[in-house]
Amino acid sequence: MIAHIFADRCIGCEACVAACPTHVLDPGADGVPVIARLNQCQTCFMCELYCEADAIYVASDQRHPEWIDPDTLAASGELGSLRRGYRWTRENSQPGSLDQFWRLGPLLREGAEIAARRYRDRHPGQPDV
Amino acid sequence: MLVIGGGMAACWAAIAAARTGAAVVLVDKGFVGTSGVTATGGPNHWWVPPDPVARREAIDRRMATAFGLADPEWMARIIDVTWRLLPQLADHYPFATDGKGGTFYSGVRGPEYLRALRAFATASGARILDHHPALELLVHRDGSVAGAAGYARLHRRAWMARAGAVILATGGCAFRSGLIGSHTNSGDGYLMAAEAGAILSGMEFSTAYSLSPAWNSTRTLPYFAARFFDAEGRELDIPPPMTGTPHLQALAAAMLAGPVHADLADAPQLLKTILRDIQPASLTPFERRGVRLFEERFEVKLFGEGTIRGTGGLRIVDEHCQTDVRGLFAAGDAATRELIAGATSGGGAQNSAWALTSGHNAGEGAARLARSIGRRAQDPARGTGQAGLRPASAVRAVDGQAVLRTVQAQTIAYDKALWRSEASLVASRACLDDAWRELSHHHHADGLDQVGARELAAMTATARWCIAAALARDESRGMHIRTDRPDMSLDKAFRLLTGGLETVWTRPETPAAQSRDTSIAA
Ligand SMILES: Cc1cc2nc3c(=O)[nH]c(=O)nc-3n(C[C@H](O)[C@H](O)[C@H](O)COP(=O)(O)OP(=O)(O)OC[C@H]3O[C@@H](n4cnc5c(N)ncnc54)[C@H](O)[C@@H]3O)c2cc1C
Ligand code: SF4
Ligand code: SF4
Repeated sequence: MIAHIFADRCIGCEACVAACPTHVLDPGADGVPVIARLNQCQTCFMCELYCEADAIYVASDQRHPEWIDPDTLAASGELGSLRRGYRWTRENSQPGSLDQFWRLGPLLREGAEIAARRYRDRHPGQPDV
Repeated sequence: MLVIGGGMAACWAAIAAARTGAAVVLVDKGFVGTSGVTATGGPNHWWVPPDPVARREAIDRRMATAFGLADPEWMARIIDVTWRLLPQLADHYPFATDGKGGTFYSGVRGPEYLRALRAFATASGARILDHHPALELLVHRDGSVAGAAGYARLHRRAWMARAGAVILATGGCAFRSGLIGSHTNSGDGYLMAAEAGAILSGMEFSTAYSLSPAWNSTRTLPYFAARFFDAEGRELDIPPPMTGTPHLQALAAAMLAGPVHADLADAPQLLKTILRDIQPASLTPFERRGVRLFEERFEVKLFGEGTIRGTGGLRIVDEHCQTDVRGLFAAGDAATRELIAGATSGGGAQNSAWALTSGHNAGEGAARLARSIGRRAQDPARGTGQAGLRPASAVRAVDGQAVLRTVQAQTIAYDKALWRSEASLVASRACLDDAWRELSHHHHADGLDQVGARELAAMTATARWCIAAALARDESRGMHIRTDRPDMSLDKAFRLLTGGLETVWTRPETPAAQSRDTSIAA
């Protein structure tokens, strides 16, 4: 669930308020959005992806809120890691960032075949699966 | 004309309609770009080159796993439309290499796909209103659809739109299982359409699941080669993923007995090095929990997918995806996907080709209809919403959390979904009828709370249709498994219709029923 909005990084653009699909965030009086309906958070990381200031951190557990220490987190370099992974940061949003994407299908099938082969080895007499 | 929804089906519908010159407004519950299961996932589309032999073979292969309920003509149509339209997104989506010197079109990444569709829809002239959930449909005296009403969440005010045609692209329903991206998909479109007189089909095919770490539903790519272990570290004997139901049943049985852990050491080597480039968000839940995905074992869970990777939804009556209500169209997961997938999940290729094509066809059909009849803005129209909006009896507080738990226990609980029987379905029906009576008679909400009230009503109504259809289909077929009727009956190769609110009904779709027919049978 969304864990923290870093006021010192937030530029008050409200992109996250708009982008959150489940209406977790409200605009804040001081410009920093407030987490108003945490129970509706689906831990989809989309607010983080849409925050150009890397001011949001979504903790990974979708079952319950997690406490995080903002200072440790800010120092860890983890802020913005999702955007960097997606290459949605300004520096690296050039075309070509999806060059490996075609491998998804073949890798998925390869994984499924590995599982099927292992099962066959374990059950030599059984009909093919 | 009005499009309700904000995933891929809604966007393709808005694009098609706007390109005919129609005035198009699209209202989404969330944000077009992040809401729905398309945005957080990213589908691979059914992709077969225009070679008649290849296409016939692809259709034959898929017909073989549809268990008699699909329509080869619809399959041919979605292959063709997808092939022609998807590359048109190139101005907005960074299609990259296919590794063989060409361009890779069939698979797209969710956030980029929806960002591109939003841009394409806007460039085509559609007007997008985010955070405008629809609460109910409006109908004319003659029963045709007149528009919709809803609530603008960020502005905190009601909205109302009159339209010559309405497209429902509200997605499927996963009963708040926690499935990635599915929180907004509570079956609202099914409920709104049923209140206006529409019929559903295939709701018994609503027992799909996807595997993920217990603490966060992700895409499933990393887990295909997984080995599984119980809490004591004993390896479990799980049939491989492509076996479908046996795989799910074995995993679910183990999970009912205790925690199940996955071990991904066997995963393809290349996957271990490039997963981040393909699906960055699949790594995040592990990194933020300090779990090394391919090196450490971690607990897994099956997340219910309901009708999302099931195949049930609104029955459509023509190639423009009109429902049984005149002027009301359905696209994507809001519509039945039996036509292209039958009794087996269409997730993996068919569903997205369907969402694209049904969206496109509905967009064109709705635009044409709206142009021919106009907006009829002066004709009287009434709101059709009932449960949560206009309760049948005295208003009193309803424990929404308790209702949701009941709904989940009858739909996505492993024992109820994967081992159905007459006895358990009859018991489920009784629980759900009670829950429905409570909601429809007493639940009432105002302002922003109306959104949640309608979501709860929609999930409860959807659950009732799923259970009624599962009970009526007294055989096993595709993903629908009845322990008391383990075999498939030769004489039941028909689609099963369901509907009704106060009283739920079911009946086989006969050829006669395939023409417009809204009569109600037991
Ligand atoms: C994890 C996962 C992976 C998948 N992978 C594949 C794949 O590889 N290939 C494939 O073919 N299929 C796949 N599928 C299925 C495929 O993603 C869906 O069939 C497709 O995305 C459906 O698109 P849609 O537009 O109908 O629904 P969605 O994208 O779910 O959109 C529904 C929209 O309706 C809106 N909405 C809901 N209620 C209301 C309301 N009351 N008012 C206004 N708006 C509302 C929501 O906000 C949302 O924007 C996958 C599904 C999942 C869950
Ligand atoms: S998107 Fe980021 S910078 Fe903008 S308001 Fe939200 S937290 Fe602040
Ligand atoms: S993680 Fe998703 S649901 Fe939660 S606040 Fe962010 S955008 Fe909203």
